[in-house]
Amino acid sequence: MSHLPSLFLTFSLLSLLAVGGGTAVLPEMQTLLSQNFAISHTQFVHIYSIGQIAPGPNMLMVLVIGFQVAGALGAAVVLFSFFLPSSILCLYAGRLWERFGESPWRRSVQDALEPISIGLMASGVYAVAKASIVNPITLVLALITLFLILKTKINPVFVILGSGLVGVIALKYL
Amino acid sequence: MAELAVTDPPSSATLKDLFIQFFIIGAISFGGGIVAYERILLVEKRKWLTADEFMAFLAISQTMPGLNSVNLAVLAGDLLRGKLGALIAVLGLIIPGSIFVLALGLLYSDNSDHPLANLILMGVAASACGLLAAITYRIGDDNWKHLKSVAIIVITFCLMSIVKLSLPVVLLIMAPIAIYLYRPGTSL
Repeated sequence: MSHLPSLFLTFSLLSLLAVGGGTAVLPEMQTLLSQNFAISHTQFVHIYSIGQIAPGPNMLMVLVIGFQVAGALGAAVVLFSFFLPSSILCLYAGRLWERFGESPWRRSVQDALEPISIGLMASGVYAVAKASIVNPITLVLALITLFLILKTKINPVFVILGSGLVGVIALKYL
Repeated sequence: MAELAVTDPPSSATLKDLFIQFFIIGAISFGGGIVAYERILLVEKRKWLTADEFMAFLAISQTMPGLNSVNLAVLAGDLLRGKLGALIAVLGLIIPGSIFVLALGLLYSDNSDHPLANLILMGVAASACGLLAAITYRIGDDNWKHLKSVAIIVITFCLMSIVKLSLPVVLLIMAPIAIYLYRPGTSL
């Protein structure tokens, strides 16, 4: 039970920091979760990748983290705190935006935040890579995925599931 | 009167339809690309937004914190049916995936020390990492081609991953610098 307020605060903070989408907060999330809730980097990456198989917004895996920490109530608290603060902010930003119309600063802020959020996403890739690329086979699987996603139109879910399958065989018998 | 047509009265959007349409997107968008599904719904299928309105909403969604797809649902829902519409759209969008992910999560917590489950997850995680790298590269798009944006990307990455500052500090340092560099009247 004592974890609930802490879950609430952690995910509210992450919600408001998620500039450029959820991926930007992955490294921060990983750090906060291992500090506050003893979730290991491996566990985190497992949960993250489970989330990539699901439909819908790509950060719904935060619910699993809430569930792991404090059961169904934990999942509910995380759902509430991860989605509500940023949504309220966006709602009012949308209404203000209508009012301010075409200020040149709008373009500036948007252009400025773009490379920052890409830098943060790159940090997200790095954080996930450190925990998921643990031997030559996982490195090859990651590179094959990168290639397939960039060069073909195949649905990522098939690539991920295929990689799980190939991974089992390769890791077990090679 | 023609120029007033921007605020096309969205009376055709009932809360029920709003929920169902976003629920469908939330249920079928395996493998991402939700923003594309949302565009199809809002601009083409239901014509709730013009293409221009959609682009403006997308820009706000990307600038504000939060997930782009969720923010878009907030803005579209709010335009169509006010705050309640925003709530309904977001709920529709996240309920299917939430159930899905929790079911998988339950499987995971029951089997997390099963050796076979661990091998599967090793492959899945490696692939998720490749996917994330690909998405990052693709979203970066033109930003990889300009010295200014590449410099901001690299410095942000270093502050976060090498210097290991916390995210609020990184944003406090980088946002003013970047906004200054992109102030009105400067080129990319």
